[in-house]
Amino acid sequence: MRIGVALRELHRSESAMAVELLRVADRHPEEPEIRHVARDLAEWSREHVREIEGIAPRYGTDLSGPEHPEPSEEGERELPGEDSDADLALLADLKRLYRLGGGVALDWDLLGQGAQIIADSDLLAVTERCHPRSVRRMHWARGMLKAVSPQILVG
Amino acid sequence: MPSRDPIAEPWGSRTPYGPGRRWPARVDLHLAEGVGPEDVDRWVPSASILHSNGDALDIAVKDGRIVGVRGRGEDRVNRGRLGPKDLYGWQANHSPDRLTRPLVRRGGKLVETDWDTAMGLVVERSRRLLDEQGASALGFYTSGQLFLEEYLTLAAIAHGAIGTNHLDGNTRLCTATAATALKASFGCDGQPGSYGDIDHADVIALYGHNMAETQTVLWSRVLDRLAGPNPPRLLCVDPRPTPVAAHSAVHLAPRPGTNVALMNAIQHELIRTGRVDHAYVRDHTVGYGELVRVTDDYPPERAAEICGLPAERIREAAALLGGAERLLSTVLQGFYQSNQATAAAVQVNNVHLLRGMLGRPGAGVLQMNGQPTAQNTRECGADGDLTGFRNWNNDAHISDLAAAWNLDPMRIPHYAPPTHAMQIMRYAEKGSIRFLWISATNPAVSLPELRRIRETLARRELFLVVQDVFMTETAELADVVLPAATWGEKTGTFTNSDRTVHLSEKAVEPPGEARTDLDIFLDYARRMNFRDADGRPFPQWHDPVSAFEAWKRVSAGRPCDYSGLTYDRLRDTGGIQWPCDAEHPDGTERLYTDGRFWARPEECESYGRDLVTGAPKEEAEYRAANPEGLAMLKAVEYVPPHEGPDGEYPFTLITGRTLYHFHTRTKTGRAPELRRAAPEVWVEVSAADALEAGVHEGDPVEVRSRRGVVRARARVGGIRPGVLFVPFHYGYWDTDAADPDGERDRAANELSATDWDPVSKQPLFKTAAVRLRRVGAGDGRPSPAPTTTASAPLDAEVAATRGRPDTLEEPDGGGTR
Repeated sequence: MRIGVALRELHRSESAMAVELLRVADRHPEEPEIRHVARDLAEWSREHVREIEGIAPRYGTDLSGPEHPEPSEEGERELPGEDSDADLALLADLKRLYRLGGGVALDWDLLGQGAQIIADSDLLAVTERCHPRSVRRMHWARGMLKAVSPQILVG
Repeated sequence: MPSRDPIAEPWGSRTPYGPGRRWPARVDLHLAEGVGPEDVDRWVPSASILHSNGDALDIAVKDGRIVGVRGRGEDRVNRGRLGPKDLYGWQANHSPDRLTRPLVRRGGKLVETDWDTAMGLVVERSRRLLDEQGASALGFYTSGQLFLEEYLTLAAIAHGAIGTNHLDGNTRLCTATAATALKASFGCDGQPGSYGDIDHADVIALYGHNMAETQTVLWSRVLDRLAGPNPPRLLCVDPRPTPVAAHSAVHLAPRPGTNVALMNAIQHELIRTGRVDHAYVRDHTVGYGELVRVTDDYPPERAAEICGLPAERIREAAALLGGAERLLSTVLQGFYQSNQATAAAVQVNNVHLLRGMLGRPGAGVLQMNGQPTAQNTRECGADGDLTGFRNWNNDAHISDLAAAWNLDPMRIPHYAPPTHAMQIMRYAEKGSIRFLWISATNPAVSLPELRRIRETLARRELFLVVQDVFMTETAELADVVLPAATWGEKTGTFTNSDRTVHLSEKAVEPPGEARTDLDIFLDYARRMNFRDADGRPFPQWHDPVSAFEAWKRVSAGRPCDYSGLTYDRLRDTGGIQWPCDAEHPDGTERLYTDGRFWARPEECESYGRDLVTGAPKEEAEYRAANPEGLAMLKAVEYVPPHEGPDGEYPFTLITGRTLYHFHTRTKTGRAPELRRAAPEVWVEVSAADALEAGVHEGDPVEVRSRRGVVRARARVGGIRPGVLFVPFHYGYWDTDAADPDGERDRAANELSATDWDPVSKQPLFKTAAVRLRRVGAGDGRPSPAPTTTASAPLDAEVAATRGRPDTLEEPDGGGTR
């Protein structure tokens, strides 16, 4: 059974998501909505990690790994000039959050499919709690990007 | 004959009445000293513009001057009653320090000039920025105190002629959450209920709404029901000991920022005890299953812990709501300016949907307004919505609006939600908005984190135009100051919280060269040479009547349909509630009487937003969730406030109003009776906290947050321990700090945090973490806080707030004490 693989991947990706959200919050202290909502969403990720840790033993999954996992795309420049331009950095951060969030949402999709086939109602309940939030988080990044980008692109 | 001191007895004498009966009239009158009713030359119809109640009144004119006011006994809103601000506020019109000539900044100083020079500068800068950067360089921030015709004109100029997305009103601070919550639940803005529901309700729930101070006349109506046979029972949710709390069957004083947890527990109990109208829910709503699932996690015990309340009180509240046959709920800033603002306000709508309490006498929701003409900013699209409750995300609505204005749809920005006030300020701070035109509001006192706002408005790179009636703290920072006429000096309509439209007619000439806001906006448009698709001047209207006719056309067929109204009808009849059209010629008292909503995907004003993240939803998502346009039950989890008390800053600060002032006291601070009633800022502290801090009544104290400091005298009162209250009205125009080197330690917003509800974008004024320090011993004087209201002292030795003999009035209407 490969459910454990999916759980381990989610544990990694949600942990990384929390780290990335906090990093983005700290990078934009003058943008209150980014800062505050990103922190709220990081708390969701931490809750999801706890959910995974709660159910993982049932599948004999070893969740040990790096304590502070780095997002796989960390360090990649997204837009030319973002290092020196806080606005471009904000766009790049939101793009990165959207893509990372999409990956995590897909991982929850996968786990939900697995939960269906083995008819584990507890596991299904976990995915039903966490998957919608993972989608909402992704939509947030896209919504913010759409709201702030026009002014940044002309300003 | 009973006499009344309107300062000491703000709600006046009682006229008790029973359920289903008509609220008896009581006509209040105040005339300047030495003037009798027989001396008045003319009575000119109007309504109050110093709060959102919309009290109808006649302005008394003698020798070309306003000499007083008289309530309109036949009007549906107030039946003749007037509150203290109505009775005295008009005196500000006569104040000798009115702005009477345009001012421009030369060599760092504002100097008088003529209109051509001032407007020439505004036009020149507008044109240059449009050439250099385009429409995104220009922003407009308006008020909740102009008239409908003026908001329509401003919206047409900003969204239509210029094509900027940056237009909002200060209604963002007071009513954005009301609008967003109504859209979230019912698909469109517009108050479902009516003030008349007070006449019928058997339970009235007031959520974060100190009605006794914010809408004194509406509270008189409640008091009259309480004094009559079969009175309603009240639920009050407020951390302060308000007059509402004093009259309540159940008073909950939750920890600030925990409203969603409380509302979830109340719904948990309603569902658990079977107090749900399942037929109504099945036929008229979507979302019930999810609501059951989410609220299942909030038993009263859990909410009790989060909110700092006994679980038993939460159960009592739920039982009171669950037992109601005619439930009226009202909501205001205790929810709207607090953590999870929209999410909490939406839960109140949920309660009504769950219980089928909508659209019949006594069963209504009043998501209240704070500013008097807030409703009009929303309808006209001057506050981050689009004209006529149109949906920025629906191309058909944009085309429709463009057709009404005879413009190319591409000129109307709809690539993103209209920019909200705090984001406008942020763009100005960052420098991409380089022109900001502020009309009739005072952000240098009213927005959060004032040091940051002052620095933004004072930036040399920002061209700041301020249009107002006085030299406000904001106008002092302007490059161009335009003197505006105000209420009583111009004609137009405005609409109160319960959709009642009043006509307000010009009674007297404005002082000096002051001009109406409508004239100023239209003059700008003509000087800018804005044109419609046929090359005609745009906006196509030219005075109040033609603007109102344009509004009737652009609102026709939308929920806020005014097409059946005329100035003549309003003049003859008094207040009429929209929609008023061929089908509803006498207006509409309650919306959704047939359980049908304006929520179909084609007609809704908004596809909604996520209640935690604020992300706008797309059409497909909305269509899938609500294809038939039913009301929407929206479930949401509790999320803790972003700034909570800690070891360094152990208190939570909440700010709010006092009964005697409005906005930043621009007008009420210039009415002697109101000024005397609440002359100075104060700090409310609970008896337990005062004891621990060694603070006595009247001691000078310092309240400090991470952002600033306020110094004032302490009022030891009945507020929830751990919470401090500071009224937000006080700025600097009448202090030494008005000079540039003076210390800024009086405005509550020195302390508040720059944070807003992600859904409604309303700033959160009720969650700042602060610390309290006694500065020294008092001199025996008590704090200047009024004793008549929520700021009442525990110490009985404080002299009662009262008017001087010159504020004693003789009501000529009926009524007994």
